[in-house]
Amino acid sequence: MKRKRTLGEWARSRDGQRLFVMLAFMIIPLVLLFVFTYLPFGEMFGYSFYNMKYTGARKFVGWKNYIKVFERDDCFKALRLSLYYMVGSVVQLALALYLATVLSFKVKGGSLFKGMMFFPFLINGIAVGFIFKFFYTRGFVFDTVLQWCGFQLDNLPYWLRDQRINNWSLVGTSVWRYFGQNMVLFIGAIMSVDNELYEAAKLDGANNRQLLRYIILPSIKTIITLNVILSITGSLSAFEPPYVITDGANGTGTYFVIMHEIAHTQQKVGLASAMAIVLLIIILLATLLQKLFFKYVFRSAEDEDPNATARRDRRLARLSARQTVKAAVSGPEV
Amino acid sequence: MESKVFNIKMIPWIIVKYLSLVFFSFVAVLPVVSCVITAFKTEEEYQTTNVMTLPQNWLNFDNFIQAFTKAGMGRAFVNSLIILACVLFFSTMIGTQLAYVLDRFQFPGNTIIRNLFLFASLLPGVAMQIAVYEIMYKLHFINSLAGYITVMCGTDVISIYIYIQFFENISKSLDESAIVDGASYFTIFYRILFPLLKPAIVTSCILKGVGTFNEYYMANLYLQDKKKYATVATSLYTFVGPLGSKYNLICAGVIIALLPALFVFIIFQKQIYSGLTAGAVKG
Repeated sequence: MKRKRTLGEWARSRDGQRLFVMLAFMIIPLVLLFVFTYLPFGEMFGYSFYNMKYTGARKFVGWKNYIKVFERDDCFKALRLSLYYMVGSVVQLALALYLATVLSFKVKGGSLFKGMMFFPFLINGIAVGFIFKFFYTRGFVFDTVLQWCGFQLDNLPYWLRDQRINNWSLVGTSVWRYFGQNMVLFIGAIMSVDNELYEAAKLDGANNRQLLRYIILPSIKTIITLNVILSITGSLSAFEPPYVITDGANGTGTYFVIMHEIAHTQQKVGLASAMAIVLLIIILLATLLQKLFFKYVFRSAEDEDPNATARRDRRLARLSARQTVKAAVSGPEV
Repeated sequence: MESKVFNIKMIPWIIVKYLSLVFFSFVAVLPVVSCVITAFKTEEEYQTTNVMTLPQNWLNFDNFIQAFTKAGMGRAFVNSLIILACVLFFSTMIGTQLAYVLDRFQFPGNTIIRNLFLFASLLPGVAMQIAVYEIMYKLHFINSLAGYITVMCGTDVISIYIYIQFFENISKSLDESAIVDGASYFTIFYRILFPLLKPAIVTSCILKGVGTFNEYYMANLYLQDKKKYATVATSLYTFVGPLGSKYNLICAGVIIALLPALFVFIIFQKQIYSGLTAGAVKG
């Protein structure tokens, strides 16, 4: 009897309440996180050792699926297409940086330009797919515009069919979709530079070019580097442009497009899981290298400042958050 | 005098500046504008004129009506709205509550939980769906709006970070004085902190809302009954196949599907920009 009362008392006490509120508030997100992330992650690892479909019998095959990933012509070799997307993201970042700098100074109609360039980011993937199938069709939008510029239709390639050019066409759509978003990020970074720095520099007689060279660029160096590195991981998992526009036909199938096809069309779940695990390991390694790289870069640059480490950690935390934001807004694919 | 020289030297730069802005804005809007042009053309016009020739009648809404009915977009809009409302409600509740506990309570495992969420965000969604599919199947979540809503909430990490960041900026003395007054943790959260979170909630709901509205990969995978459970994004799949070359219809469908995002963008431009930047730069 006495015991029970103490338990009741404890439940009404601060500590009891604290535990209760913690459980009540965390149970749902943690269960969801487990069921939809870590459980499938573990399961997928298990699948990768089996020859199996979603339904029916499964047969243990050991490392065979992994060997296949490296042997088959369409699996690991598809990663070379990532190079196109890496080049594309470098172009995209350079373009975004240039436009962000331009728009950070006083520009007539600045917000209109900004809005027009940003809007593609908000269009859903399938719509983007249709827009560009239309855009690249023989004799349609792109060809017409090139003809305005003096090109002859006969000299123009089939943008989505010609294997010499089609991957670039797809990369172009990706640049089109994301350069505005990158630009908005860079504008945000430039705006967050302390205004006093600009004032001081202007008092010292700095012109715009000097402002750019000595104040803007150094202070947004971090976010630029972060984006460059992020885009490497993004390129490895390039998925959306070929998925929605060409469905991977004519040599445009990136690693993930082929993995999707193997998993959901051919239902070779084991092989697809092995592909997923291989790429996950590569991505995690790349991420780890990035972290080490950053530790190195910022340690050497900010050694004398005791707050530097804390600031760097916060920056990295924010980077991860941003990465997530990007992923969440653009759907599950990068 | 000096400033005049300065200005003359600036002229080429100003020209380059505006030329490049106009050029890239043109590149950004051209694909969409060409769709708008085509969407207003009659079948005959579409067949006979160049795609960039303007339509004769800007009030020809036939294609829009046809696209809307053929793709069952009425149903799709209803579904998308239900999904949107539920996902926003639940992920706001889950996200703010979790962020509250993680920011306000020190307990062993706090950092581990944060890292678990962080690590989850590194895993590419397309790859994860291979195994999630099996789980969805076992839970009878295939062809179920509730199932799709659950998985959409479950894979949501974005808002948690926005909320944690926001909580860090709300003074803890608020909580403490409420505790002294004898308020329970629930009261503190719902009566005091939740209302203060409003700006963060608006920001993350807009981002999350656009993301949810545009999501198609999981919708395509898990809502397979395209008649009953189409969302606005997946309803466009109607145009794959026999209708695949009727671009006047397709363009109309595309325009209908992107209009909501356009409205949201025009109204909430500032919040969208600041929401995107919030995670990345400030400070």
